[in-house]
Amino acid sequence: MTNTDLLQIDNLGKRFGGFVALENISLSVAAGERLGLIGPNGSGKSTLVNCICGTLRNEQGAVRFDGQPLDGLEAHQRTHRGLARSFQLPRPFASMSLIDNIRIPLLYTGAARGTHHAKDVIEDRCAGLLREVGLEAKARHLPRDLTQVEMRKLELARAMASEPKLLIADESMAGLTHSEVEEILTLLVRLNEQGVTIILIEHIMRAVMSFSRRLVVLVSGKKIADGQPDDVVRNPEVERAYLG
Amino acid sequence: MIFSYDLLINAVVSGILIGGFYAAVSCGITISFGILDIVNIAHPAFIILGSYAAYIVNATFGLDPILTSIVMVPAFYVLGAGIYQVYYFAFEKHNQESLRGLAFFFGLLFITEVSLVLYFGVDYRYVDASYSGPSWHFAMLDIPFRILVPCLVSLLLIAVLQLILTRTFVGRAIMAVSQDQQALRLMAVDPVRIKRIAFGISIATASLAGAFLIIIQPVEPSVGREYIGRVFAVCVLGGMGSLPGTVIAAMLLGVVESLTSTFYGPSWAPAVSFGFLLVTLAVRPAGLLGR
Amino acid sequence: MRTPAFLLIWLAIAAAVFGLSVAFDNDYVFFAGYVIMQYIVLSTAWNILGGYCGYVNFGTAAFFALGAYSTVAIYKYTTGDDTPSQFSMPIPFLMLIGGAVSGVVGFGMGYLTLRLRGAFFAIATLALSVVLETLVVNWDYVGGSRGAYIIRPENIWLIGNYIRYLFLIMMLLAVAAITIARLIEHSRLGYGFATIRDDELAAEACGVPTLRLKLIATTISGALMGMAGAPFPYYIGFLQPDSTFGLDYAVNSIAMPLIGGTTTWIGPLVGALLLGSLQQIATVTISSAVNLLIVGCLLVGFVIVAPNGIVGLVRTHWRRKPEEFVGRRRVDTDAPGAVP
Repeated sequence: MTNTDLLQIDNLGKRFGGFVALENISLSVAAGERLGLIGPNGSGKSTLVNCICGTLRNEQGAVRFDGQPLDGLEAHQRTHRGLARSFQLPRPFASMSLIDNIRIPLLYTGAARGTHHAKDVIEDRCAGLLREVGLEAKARHLPRDLTQVEMRKLELARAMASEPKLLIADESMAGLTHSEVEEILTLLVRLNEQGVTIILIEHIMRAVMSFSRRLVVLVSGKKIADGQPDDVVRNPEVERAYLG
Repeated sequence: MIFSYDLLINAVVSGILIGGFYAAVSCGITISFGILDIVNIAHPAFIILGSYAAYIVNATFGLDPILTSIVMVPAFYVLGAGIYQVYYFAFEKHNQESLRGLAFFFGLLFITEVSLVLYFGVDYRYVDASYSGPSWHFAMLDIPFRILVPCLVSLLLIAVLQLILTRTFVGRAIMAVSQDQQALRLMAVDPVRIKRIAFGISIATASLAGAFLIIIQPVEPSVGREYIGRVFAVCVLGGMGSLPGTVIAAMLLGVVESLTSTFYGPSWAPAVSFGFLLVTLAVRPAGLLGR
Repeated sequence: MRTPAFLLIWLAIAAAVFGLSVAFDNDYVFFAGYVIMQYIVLSTAWNILGGYCGYVNFGTAAFFALGAYSTVAIYKYTTGDDTPSQFSMPIPFLMLIGGAVSGVVGFGMGYLTLRLRGAFFAIATLALSVVLETLVVNWDYVGGSRGAYIIRPENIWLIGNYIRYLFLIMMLLAVAAITIARLIEHSRLGYGFATIRDDELAAEACGVPTLRLKLIATTISGALMGMAGAPFPYYIGFLQPDSTFGLDYAVNSIAMPLIGGTTTWIGPLVGALLLGSLQQIATVTISSAVNLLIVGCLLVGFVIVAPNGIVGLVRTHWRRKPEEFVGRRRVDTDAPGAVP
């Protein structure tokens, strides 16, 4: 763990009543990195994301982002600091058009960071984000008119609208076809090239292996591997717990 | 404030007994809100409906109210199942429970109450049961049977419900439906049907609770409103889906209300249950036997 | 349409309505009209928290009554007994005070309960209503359960009949209420409120300070309800706790926006005008109990069949693409009151 790490997680622990969801998780993510996070269902991946992003409170351990501790901060405050996440099951704002969905993070994080943009600048940025994910044509549609992959893209575009330094993509590809997975992957790679650090949580091994420069494996709330993807998948413990 | 141990003991015992009754009143909410997550704010109205049903039969045929209510249980069950169907198709299916579901039940509360007013008027109604008059004198205690009998039958009702929930397949499916609907589906059990059964049971308890109520006190249509706070306070304090918790919370509420009423006057009583509720929500939403 | 234009148009409409009412020369018009205007304010206020944010408040009566009892307290303080004195605080000031009291209580209640889920919040508001009622009933200074008499002045400078004055004030408050609602709707605040309604968790993840916004909504909503309650003692002459705190206010302030339409300021206005007039007619021709039965049935009916209310029905049938309307919402981020 170095001081230039964007995200530092120290001994994070989370329980639900008697159930230990996460135990002693320590992890660091450098700026610009492409980190893959895998593990069986119920291993605690989403819980970890929720603790990092502030949706859940961890009882033990600490999370530091960009050099600052995140403890005690509400989820929206963490978003203002530059942390963004997409949800496993897309959660668009159902009563608003796509462009309005994108507008929300822009409005609220912009205000929090003290950057007040003019109306037309915001409108341009929203349109631009939709263009990047290929949803420009449906800008004025409601989310219910979208296909599965379009919903995922909207999730990602909305996460990007808060202009994050770190994006956590939580199972953005589940249930998609081969070519749809490629679309999302290409998008994520492009985002990373623009400077966004990405943590990819996925079950689709092909996608994880091609995207990640580093792989972390979570099993039953514990981190059992952390390193180069090729090394990690050959780790016998990983094979036994997850791949086997 | 005249303080005497006699008064204190009687207040506490009376509170516990009333608490037993409160448990019967609230167990329906324990099921519909605690387990099914449906905010049936109209539950007290159905209890009043039960009271009036018992009243009519008692006034016409002289039948015991508790027996009447047991006979009425199937009718109330069907009513509950029917209401759930409407609720499901109109709201739960589309995930609109929060605003519209609440408004729906609130509307039902009003419709029920006002219909009763239009049909029966606002006069207080009461029943004549064989135990309405006498009391049981024991040492310094003075316990009217009209409070003791409903309390005992209430506890019996809760015991039966607990058995159903823990020992029968349907009962366990009901407990499961609040936690993992997907797992139920995988077991070829339709969650909607289970919830319908559960909600039916919840309204069926209102029939019995209504009979208990009219034995304990005279009833008129707006009496239900006082109970809205009580039932939710008891349910939340009791830990949401827990029947044993409901009993404990109900008795606690009963005792506190009784003490307040005895030593500070009855005009403060309504604030007790609602105040209880506010404090519980603010301090420990998970209740006493928390989830 | 910019807000000042909107305000002017509605002030003009209000003036026209007032003029027509005066021409009609029947005091009943003013008595009935006052109630309808009051309901416009109450439903619009309720809708800010309920329709825009999705948090159901069952305690409309509590905030309304706080405004009314603030007036009573001040009245008792300035007159000393039940007779009118040379000095009695003018209604607009009473409104400000009533609004402030209710706003503060709204903020406090919100602070205690808004971290809870919507369902718990709703129940808590009901609980608050009963607790407040019990406190008032036990406070002899404002009459307690016996009630309080307020003597209404006969006339007032320029307008004449005092009841006409009350009607005018309430109508102006109604105009203010819909202007505020519309202003919120078209601002960043309005977007924030909608995200809370749609998906609070996602809203937080998008950087929306949900608790702060909910507190703003509760405070504004409570304050408006308090302002609506402030003139009420003068209107009714004799204030009783059980009717002032009655659930009738709650059911009406919920039914009117739900029937009219909860997503815009037009809905509560339409709902209040329709339902309010219907109730006035029903009370006079049939009875006031049937009145409430109608409201209850309409509420349940609309909630099941037409969840977007009358406004929703109009939109679906008269516009070809509903989503065009949704997307046409402007945002005035440069506007001077660009709220948090």
